[in-house]
Amino acid sequence: MLARVSTYFYRHPLLVLFLLLGPPLIYMVVVYLGALFSLLFNSFYRIDDFTGLIIREFTLLTYVQIFNPANREIFFRTAAMAGVVTLVSALIAFPLAYYIAKFASPRYKTWFLIGVTIPLWSSYLVRVYAWKLILAKEGILSWFINLLSLDGALEWLLSIESIGGSSLALSPIGMFIVFVYIWLPYMIIPIQTALERVPGSLLEASSDLGARPLQTFRTVILPLSFPGVVAGSIFTFSLTLGDFIIPLVLGNSKFFVGQAVYSYQGTGGNIPLAAAMTMWPVVIMVIYLLAARKFGAFDAL
Amino acid sequence: MNAPAIRFEKVSRYFGDVKAVDHADLEIGDGEFFSMLGPSGSGKTTCLRMIAGFDRPTSGHIYLYGQEVSDLPPYERDVNTVFQDYALFPHMTIENNIAYGLMVKGISKAERMKQVDDMLDLVRLPGFGYRKPSQLSGGQRQRVALARALINHPKVLLLDEPLGALDLKLRQQMQVELKAIQKRVGITFIFVTHDQEEALTMSDRIAVFNEGKIIQVGTPAEIYERPASPFVAGFVGTSNLVSGEVAKRITGSEQTFSVRPEKIHLTSISEAPAGDMISMDGTVRDVVYLGLFTRYLVEVEGGTDLVVVEQNLKTTSMDVLSAKGQKVRLSWHKDHISRLGV
Repeated sequence: MLARVSTYFYRHPLLVLFLLLGPPLIYMVVVYLGALFSLLFNSFYRIDDFTGLIIREFTLLTYVQIFNPANREIFFRTAAMAGVVTLVSALIAFPLAYYIAKFASPRYKTWFLIGVTIPLWSSYLVRVYAWKLILAKEGILSWFINLLSLDGALEWLLSIESIGGSSLALSPIGMFIVFVYIWLPYMIIPIQTALERVPGSLLEASSDLGARPLQTFRTVILPLSFPGVVAGSIFTFSLTLGDFIIPLVLGNSKFFVGQAVYSYQGTGGNIPLAAAMTMWPVVIMVIYLLAARKFGAFDAL
Repeated sequence: MNAPAIRFEKVSRYFGDVKAVDHADLEIGDGEFFSMLGPSGSGKTTCLRMIAGFDRPTSGHIYLYGQEVSDLPPYERDVNTVFQDYALFPHMTIENNIAYGLMVKGISKAERMKQVDDMLDLVRLPGFGYRKPSQLSGGQRQRVALARALINHPKVLLLDEPLGALDLKLRQQMQVELKAIQKRVGITFIFVTHDQEEALTMSDRIAVFNEGKIIQVGTPAEIYERPASPFVAGFVGTSNLVSGEVAKRITGSEQTFSVRPEKIHLTSISEAPAGDMISMDGTVRDVVYLGLFTRYLVEVEGGTDLVVVEQNLKTTSMDVLSAKGQKVRLSWHKDHISRLGV
């Protein structure tokens, strides 16, 4: 009986393919793309300002609305944060990834990789709230800064318009610190993978031919590992772009995109506007991904 | 007086408990084609890496034309390397690969390109400058690696088993070419290989390595004809090692000696040997017909097996195969005996 079943499958390879690929494909199309398309459709509806009801007719009014000054500011603020978080993550991640890939012995390498990924084992929410306590006015960081008698510097930093706030726990600086902390592993791992694939003999050859370490870095290491940096930046940039928890917990009254979407679809009840605002990061990420593909970033994933 | 190109003074390199190189003393002359020969793990590559600067000796000193370089980084040594895996930069064109050494020195683009063209001519790859390394065959990459190392006009060129990845035909062709290029540029070449035939064909002198020690240094003929130890006799070519009672009967001492298979004449038992020839009688145990040669395994009185190789000048396979089981007389000139140290 079993033999006959396997013979039947052997003769009908397309059936096997369907059985293997069917369920995940259906899931992808219905749940994943379906949700995305329903989002897209909703963004072309609009809300009746008077009754608060959704009018299901095709219109671009909602898209006009997202370009009003208040929303434009939200986009700009979010993109700036995502950009700075990505840049700083890359700057912190690269030396660490380089050390793990090229210098650490196999045993230490394992420990380093565990160390990098261990924060991902605990809940993201828990870690964000933990940071709120660390950054709080009476928190350990303030205490430490006080110990170094640098509170003057901290106060000056917090007094800067647009990045400061009443305390680190309620300011864009605090958000930035937590964003970098939360997404750093997603930057380290792709860079480390890319560096791992650069043969050591290339670095030796470069130095053998007379290149000083900095020249070797610029002409050999960076070009060959740059796809890894781009791959990592896809994570840090898109995750920051869409996040709403960190701005909610650590932010002030100035919205970020994720937060705006959250409040429009929730308390605001304005599903079309929320959907239209979601399309904005989607469009940015599509452009970013197309550019990244040109750099060969997906070879390093 | 000219200082030697490379001088090792009691150089050791330990990796933990492993003595990769152990008290090596060595002198390599200016303009020599010098080979480091030995099995894998014998320390030859570690020696090369210490000359290049990728590794530093645990103790001892390395001199390059009289100047101590033991602690200089690779980019401050006038030495260039052709790597085993070629190590061409995959993101650069052939042109930029070859020009790399000049580029990092800040030489102008026009001058770089002129020299690159000369180098491409030298390694017989004109017109390949715009390709990427991935578009080249193994033999072509090999030549690019050579051109890239030679463009800096190093005082010494190091070659780390550069022909290992090539097939036999290409390897033999590259051996001849390498030798010709070395004659032309006049640079000292230090060539690491585990292939004894390669070392014998190409080198002016050879150092034989085993277990981190330099066992013997000499010309190919000296190494082959006068091996200094059983290891050298066995590693370079085939050798018959004779010791104990049998040795005593021939040389008067139990000390091991070696004699090469092609030096032994095989004659019928009735033939009397000439005056300065050593002779022994034995029985042919096995015959292998190899076309150009025949290899005989002869058991001599006293129980030692000797390999004898005879060219098939007149004989055919029929003749030689019928020799099996027959009594024969082996004779060789007494100068062809090499007494071996331990």
